[in-house]
Amino acid sequence: MDVSFILIILLFGAVATYFVGDKWASKAALLFSTAAFAATLYVIYRYNIGEKVSYFHTWISKPRILLHFQADSLSLAMTALTTVLTPIIVLTSFGNMFPKTKSFYALILFMAFAMVGTFLSTDGLVYYIFWELSLIPIYFIALIWGSGDAESRKKAVVKFFIYTFAGSLFMLVSFIYLYTKTGSFLNTHLYNAHLTEKEQFWIFLGFFLAYAIKIPIIPFHTWQANVYQKAPAVGTMLLSGIMLKMALYSIVRWQLPIAPQAAAQYKYIFIALCIAGVIYGSILALKQTDLKKLLAYSSLAHVGLIAAGAYTLTIDGFRGAFLQMIAHGFVVVGLFYAAEIISRRYNTGEIADMGGIRIQSPKFASMFMILVMASVALPLTFNFIGEFEVLYSLAQTNIWFGVLGGTTIILGAFYMLRMFQQVMLGDKGAKVFADVTFGEGFVFALIIGVLLFFGVYPSPIADFITPDLQKVLLHINQIN
Amino acid sequence: MNTLIAIAGLGILCLIAEIFNLRKAIVPVTIIGLLAILGLNVSEYMDLGLNTAIMERNEGFYNNMIVNNSFGMAFTGLFIVLTIFLVAMTPEFHKGHKAKLSDFVAIKLFLLTGAIAMVSFGNLAMFFLGIEVLSISLYILAASEPKNLKSNEAGMKYFLMGAFASGIILFGIALIYGATGSFDNAVIYSAILSGDLPGWFFIGIVMLTIGLLFKIAAAPFHMWAPDVYEGSPALNTATMSTLAKVASMAAFFKLMRSLNHEVSASYVAIIITVSILSMTVGNFMALKQNNVKRMLAFSGISHAGFMLMVLLNPPAMSGVLFYYAAAYALAGIAAFAVILYVTANKENEDIYQFNGLGKTSPLMAATLTLALLSMAGIPILSGFFAKFFLFSEVLKTGNVLIVIVAVANSIVSVGYYFKLILAMYTKDAAENTQKVPAAYGIVAVLSILLTIAIGLYPDALLGLLK
Repeated sequence: MDVSFILIILLFGAVATYFVGDKWASKAALLFSTAAFAATLYVIYRYNIGEKVSYFHTWISKPRILLHFQADSLSLAMTALTTVLTPIIVLTSFGNMFPKTKSFYALILFMAFAMVGTFLSTDGLVYYIFWELSLIPIYFIALIWGSGDAESRKKAVVKFFIYTFAGSLFMLVSFIYLYTKTGSFLNTHLYNAHLTEKEQFWIFLGFFLAYAIKIPIIPFHTWQANVYQKAPAVGTMLLSGIMLKMALYSIVRWQLPIAPQAAAQYKYIFIALCIAGVIYGSILALKQTDLKKLLAYSSLAHVGLIAAGAYTLTIDGFRGAFLQMIAHGFVVVGLFYAAEIISRRYNTGEIADMGGIRIQSPKFASMFMILVMASVALPLTFNFIGEFEVLYSLAQTNIWFGVLGGTTIILGAFYMLRMFQQVMLGDKGAKVFADVTFGEGFVFALIIGVLLFFGVYPSPIADFITPDLQKVLLHINQIN
Repeated sequence: MNTLIAIAGLGILCLIAEIFNLRKAIVPVTIIGLLAILGLNVSEYMDLGLNTAIMERNEGFYNNMIVNNSFGMAFTGLFIVLTIFLVAMTPEFHKGHKAKLSDFVAIKLFLLTGAIAMVSFGNLAMFFLGIEVLSISLYILAASEPKNLKSNEAGMKYFLMGAFASGIILFGIALIYGATGSFDNAVIYSAILSGDLPGWFFIGIVMLTIGLLFKIAAAPFHMWAPDVYEGSPALNTATMSTLAKVASMAAFFKLMRSLNHEVSASYVAIIITVSILSMTVGNFMALKQNNVKRMLAFSGISHAGFMLMVLLNPPAMSGVLFYYAAAYALAGIAAFAVILYVTANKENEDIYQFNGLGKTSPLMAATLTLALLSMAGIPILSGFFAKFFLFSEVLKTGNVLIVIVAVANSIVSVGYYFKLILAMYTKDAAENTQKVPAAYGIVAVLSILLTIAIGLYPDALLGLLK
């Protein structure tokens, strides 16, 4: 069993989910996504005992395009993140009644398929295809099942699509240019393309546009908050939990090793941009009155920090970025789920209209509290490990980066706790808030369990990914 | 050669069948006949591949009027497939004029013979015959609704402008004849290789270029296209924007590959200018359109701009052009099959007619969505690979600027393709629409499946032209 099985399960699952019909679609989606996660775990097990799990096949002979799904610890870690979050995300939508259920769940699985493909491909063009393919389902999910006024939703979603499509086309041009240089799309060949400094700069920039829009890094973030707010909760979770990790992962997998000199030469500029995003996102989060928008901007701040960590070109920065990617994936899914539960019961997204939840549902309040704590990177949560390592690497690069990046923790604590206070505490609102159901509690327990477990004991993941991160770093340092 | 004769014979058979009152048999017989001819074409292609002696001799038929080579035969295959789709939709589209069915089918077959002559000519006289047969059939088709003012206008406009362009082409051919003393491609080619050509030879090339730019509707010779596309009956717009456009582009390519042996810097500059102009004008004008036929006309102009890039380095591009042409034409057929269904019995083809199609007919909406996504160049669909192959070949010639403009244009094109997709999925239908006619449904699904298939196995098409 190799990694292609995970892809086959997800793709087959998407088709099967569509054809079992509306009634059984959600169950089928849960079944197939869990099966994909089980397959991922089995593949990781086989990888650990040293068996061959990669998949190689020639797709198009001229130009030479290969279906190479290379498994290493980085791609497997991200695949596992995708396949574990997908069933959780499917579970979160169980309580909702959607029109056209079968298309909805089929699109979720199809999106998971495209994202796993992005993480696993080592052929640049196949990678690009999966990258673009993941855009189509999220476009329709946000467009058809989103909330709010149809016209403004349409505007936000189309803006998102054109924005990200435009960015990735520049990445495609970079790939084609590299192909004319090396005659291959395979990443190991591209790493050794021997580009001049000028070529590296332009290629680095081409990749940067694609990733900066997807992550998003300011000033390319303008699509984000509106889409997060208008998309259905599931779409927001897919976007923020997994999809933007594609770009963060690609920085380490593609951008830095292909253009290492440019990466070293301009790293201060790019780190500065990311950190500006951190501060900007935090300040905007302070001002939000809409819960989902607040979470969107807080997410903007966190991913900016992750990107900054990756651009430091240190092992701590890389490892911190990867750990934080995984942690952020869980936290953000949990937070958006909580926001969805609240707005479903209160029928509003405005923070000012909420309140008085803790009295009625202490269980929900305490779970939400843990998520908030994890989000502000309190020690003993998984997020602390990643955020700490990233800040450490930033401080190593330049102490001011560390200091400015660190403001995210202070500002984050401020706006998150204030939000918690306004949303959860108080008793004057006294709108009826039904207690969490077993299903909802189960999802929260899963997420919180993961966050606390790896917060106390992060070494399984950290030890798993470190050797391959060191390999990437070694390559970058060799060329410089 | 045999395919050409067989198709012409089939066309005449159609006309005779009407006399003997066999109207019902016309379309099935034509489709079966075309399928048989497609088989014949494939078997001849196989012989060509296996028997290298024919390739080396490169001998033609009738004093080298028609030459059998892989380029001509591959395109012939594509044209036959497109014609099968178009013929299959004819009875449904013209169900109000049953008496004229044989005419419409026969004209499409004659149009096909013109298209085939345009890609397999060995002599400029044959090329001109081909282009005239194709054009005259199109004039008739454009004006085929005599009681519709717009159709009259379209036919008249197309005829006047097209005849003018044909005149320029003929003038160009005459100048080339004057310079080399022959209409024969091979003789002209050897005259070019020997060098020492009079100046009017190049004037001839430029006039040919102008005439053909008109035929493929590239800016700044595109003015006729939106009006003619809008005014013509929708099925004939489909014919123009798929079969006729692709045939003209292939003929243009074949002509320039032999006549313009070493592409000179000034000619490259012209092609780059026209290509950039077509892409940009086409895309930006398409953004403003409300009429779907007009929108696709402008989109076709921008695709002509993309396809023109193959002239930057003809020897390496024949496979790329074939792939692009196939991807564009098949997606076009799929899109038009849906448009024909939606706009049947409606007074216009505005975008609002597509409102709510996602609910009333999910299959047709999905087909149109896929066709538009393919034209926009979204991966896994063949339109993406067409652009990808094109860009990578053009980058090899060192023209980075035009690739960047083309990429920027691809982004713009998303804007108007998505306008239609949004209308289908986010708006509610105004009224209950009718059932999907079987012919449209089958054509739409088959052509979109072909589009996806050649996206998954691009080697199959690229390998045809070695």
